[in-house]
Amino acid sequence: MSVKTEQMQSNHDIWERIKSKLGGWSLSAYGILAFAFLYLPILILVIFSFNDSRSVSKWAGFTTEWYGKMLQDGQILLSIWNSLFLAIVSTIIATILGTLVALGLERYRFRGKTAVDSMFYLPVIIPDIAMAIMLLLFFNMSGIGFTPWKVNFFGARLAVPYSVIIGHVAFNTSFVAIVVRARLTQMDRTLEEAAQDLYANAWQTFRRVTLPMLMPGIVGGALLAFTLSLDDFVITFFTSGAGFNTLPVRVFGMIKKGVTPKINAVSTLMLAVSLSLVVISILLSRRSGDGDSVQMGF
Amino acid sequence: MERLRRHPELQAWLILAIPVIFLLIFFMAPLLIVFVYSFLERGKYGGVEWVFTLDNIRRVFDPLYFKTFLRSFYIAIVTTLITLGLGYPLAYFIAKSPPSRRNALVFALMIPFWTNFLIRTYAWVMLLRTHTGLINVTLMNWGIISKPLPLYGNDFAIILGLVYGWLPVMVLPIYAALERLDESLLEAARDLYASSGKAFWRVTWPLSIPGVVAGSMLVFIPSLGAFVTPAILGGGKSLMIGNIISNQFLGAHDWPFGSALSMVMMIAMLIATLIYFRWTKKSELAT
Amino acid sequence: MQRKHLLTLIVILLIAVMALAACGGGKATEAPKQEKPAATEAPKATEAPKPTEAPKATEAPKPTEAPKEESVKPADEIVVYNWSDYVAPEMYDMFTEQTGIKISEDNFSSNEDLLAKLQGGATGYSVIVPSDYTVYIMIEEGMLEELDHDNIPNLKNLDPEFTKLYYDPGNKYCVPYLWGTTGVGYNTELLENPPQSWEGIFKAKESDPWYGRMTLLDDVREVFSAALIYLGYDNNTKDEAQLEEAKQLLIDAKKGVAGYDTDNYEDLIGAGENLLAHGWNGDFLQAADEYGNIDYYIPEEGGTIWIDNMCIPKGVTPEEKLAAEMYINFVLDPKVGDMLGEYNYYATPNKAALEIADPEYKENPLVFPPEEIRAKLHFIKPLGEFESVYQRLWDEVKSAQ
Repeated sequence: MSVKTEQMQSNHDIWERIKSKLGGWSLSAYGILAFAFLYLPILILVIFSFNDSRSVSKWAGFTTEWYGKMLQDGQILLSIWNSLFLAIVSTIIATILGTLVALGLERYRFRGKTAVDSMFYLPVIIPDIAMAIMLLLFFNMSGIGFTPWKVNFFGARLAVPYSVIIGHVAFNTSFVAIVVRARLTQMDRTLEEAAQDLYANAWQTFRRVTLPMLMPGIVGGALLAFTLSLDDFVITFFTSGAGFNTLPVRVFGMIKKGVTPKINAVSTLMLAVSLSLVVISILLSRRSGDGDSVQMGF
Repeated sequence: MERLRRHPELQAWLILAIPVIFLLIFFMAPLLIVFVYSFLERGKYGGVEWVFTLDNIRRVFDPLYFKTFLRSFYIAIVTTLITLGLGYPLAYFIAKSPPSRRNALVFALMIPFWTNFLIRTYAWVMLLRTHTGLINVTLMNWGIISKPLPLYGNDFAIILGLVYGWLPVMVLPIYAALERLDESLLEAARDLYASSGKAFWRVTWPLSIPGVVAGSMLVFIPSLGAFVTPAILGGGKSLMIGNIISNQFLGAHDWPFGSALSMVMMIAMLIATLIYFRWTKKSELAT
Repeated sequence: MQRKHLLTLIVILLIAVMALAACGGGKATEAPKQEKPAATEAPKATEAPKPTEAPKATEAPKPTEAPKEESVKPADEIVVYNWSDYVAPEMYDMFTEQTGIKISEDNFSSNEDLLAKLQGGATGYSVIVPSDYTVYIMIEEGMLEELDHDNIPNLKNLDPEFTKLYYDPGNKYCVPYLWGTTGVGYNTELLENPPQSWEGIFKAKESDPWYGRMTLLDDVREVFSAALIYLGYDNNTKDEAQLEEAKQLLIDAKKGVAGYDTDNYEDLIGAGENLLAHGWNGDFLQAADEYGNIDYYIPEEGGTIWIDNMCIPKGVTPEEKLAAEMYINFVLDPKVGDMLGEYNYYATPNKAALEIADPEYKENPLVFPPEEIRAKLHFIKPLGEFESVYQRLWDEVKSAQ
């Protein structure tokens, strides 16, 4: 290689490096902006949890009174526990089922696949209200009814109707399946095949190789399911019998008389708890320091 | 075990058995109710009369509802495209972060949506209102604009609300597809194609297509059926297909017609979805 | 490191799921068996007492409202299905203190939600609070229990006017709870002279300050009622020509309307975003308390009137029914009725309550409109299958550009 071409090569390298640095910076800047967009209304929401008025439309001064009111409101607190329990349980079930669906549909060819495939799109496609009313009719006609699952959840005594859990799993499974399939579609099979040759056990291959590779898809699907479940109103409203309220059901009930900053306070509290969990996890993973910097990809 | 291995079809059914049975009982059986209702006469105030009719199906093809469908379709397409445009780089950003931070960022993406939906939407109202919204008031105070911008009670507000709400849903599958991206592969590609732009289009983009496809679907379909966001941010001044359907079940007490509308929409969407997936699969293979 | 973390996480998840799946599986087969009695009971609404709670213990000395039937004891706890924030704050505690019966409250936000949910077969509610036309529908559909007037001696406190309502003459199925009107509210700081006629709203000119800064209710029948009343027609008309005219009026008016809103309109008036809104009197009066800049009136052509009622849905046990009747009786108590009305800024149908009410409340013309205005208030009545026609026209209004 002549000196000249080497020179050119390294010039090119420098130029590329600058470009990729710039690209990295603008990507980070974009990431920050995008998160700002996501958190902008949340900021308003938090500010109004301190509003000294029943209104969430006009600022009237600072108070922490709504936090006190929230903590005294047994119904709201109970509805938060109901929401969390329902979201966790339905997410766990839906994540398992959805992952199985993704594996079954993405990895195999079999007769009737298109039918099964279509079936799992339907819960995403169906309008909420139609699904809600049909489930209500179904639970009623079939005699399954609104039997509650009585459970002690972190000291809160809950009675969560199976009908609601089933309803949430029914729509969440498909959402999870779609996200996991996106991960699975083009996943490299050579690793799995190699493992299969080594271990000669399908289960071990799955556990040691496939599952870890699928993880980002599963985590994404589970997060989506959890979020959809936590925020669902229509299906919960229609599939629950008397006496079961999630937070969205309570809040939608308030809509006619005006939603008060109490709900902002509730939301702020949940936000604070979940954000601090995330921060803790970042700090923990920092401490365990597994050579991140090497993989800084910018 | 050996036998299972040799019969992938059996294996598939074994894996799918539980979810399929679950969905057959708890989704397909109830769906049968909607299907049957589509062909029955309405009860006076909700419910049905057990008399067969094709009237409901015929009514679905009313030009008014077709127009509404087109409008919803337009809103949903625009929403999906904007969400994709905003979501892709965000997913890329998260996938490129240090591994230990990725999960935290994915959580940070979802956490805003663990607050209550209505409260979030009202916060947007607070920001967007024409005469008293924070954005317009601030811009006017700074003298940047002299007349308030029309940010609220129109399609802009509806689309903004939908984009905001579905952005994370777009990001998740794209991130899931991108995350596996091997850095050394990119490095090699950069060397090979000599520019990072080219490397992106040749390597990264094709790999992320399944995520883009899934994300677009997960945004498009719910946007098409949205009805609370249009009511609050759009000022209820226009109709989406979701409004029409829920109005039939609730306001008009016409369950069979609501069912018929739902069925027809579902069938249309299902066909579109299947075609979409087949088509994207094919073009994936082509790249 | 990362990988190990994930693995443990997965294992934990898997175990949790196995456990859950086991529960779930058990339930799927068990549940129908457990629920059989309830399922057969609901449609027939037989009065068979639930097997579990029939300790026919002797009548312990119960306070005042002792039941007449010897065999039935009131349920320990009932669920009231109500609009949110629609009781006086201390009411439930007072009732529990007096009777030992606990109350929990669920909320709905529209009559349509309530009706659809009950029609779909939701059970467990002992008292529901639907509005007039919904009561009519529920009676016609056989969804309500007849009230045992012996258990509601306080019915005598009711204003006689409220015992001969079109939807339930003689209060066979329901007892009025509160009533109110639909008219127009406005921001008093930003608007000095609101239009006295509906004309100013439906034919607003661009020069009118409220042009583009007013909302109409997002409710078919309310909006069509206002338009029909303005046009001088019956607001429950089935005349398609009249409806067509009303539709055209509403389409033409749409340009000047900022939105159709049933939930947030009073806040938007208070915050100064809008100047004028079509809405319910109590909403405006409550918001006036908050913002201090809202007033309300009924345009000169008239408006609508509505009454919310307490009813008992079919499917309750006799114990629940008795407890529900005791609750209805409790609400009819003069003191309670007064508390309820004053807290909500809606009018009470309880005549005895008015006698002890604060003059500021009972003489408020916005709560209790004077006779000449009351003559111009109309009920919205259910129209059966014809409601599809209204819905279709409303969809046209909504989708007009």
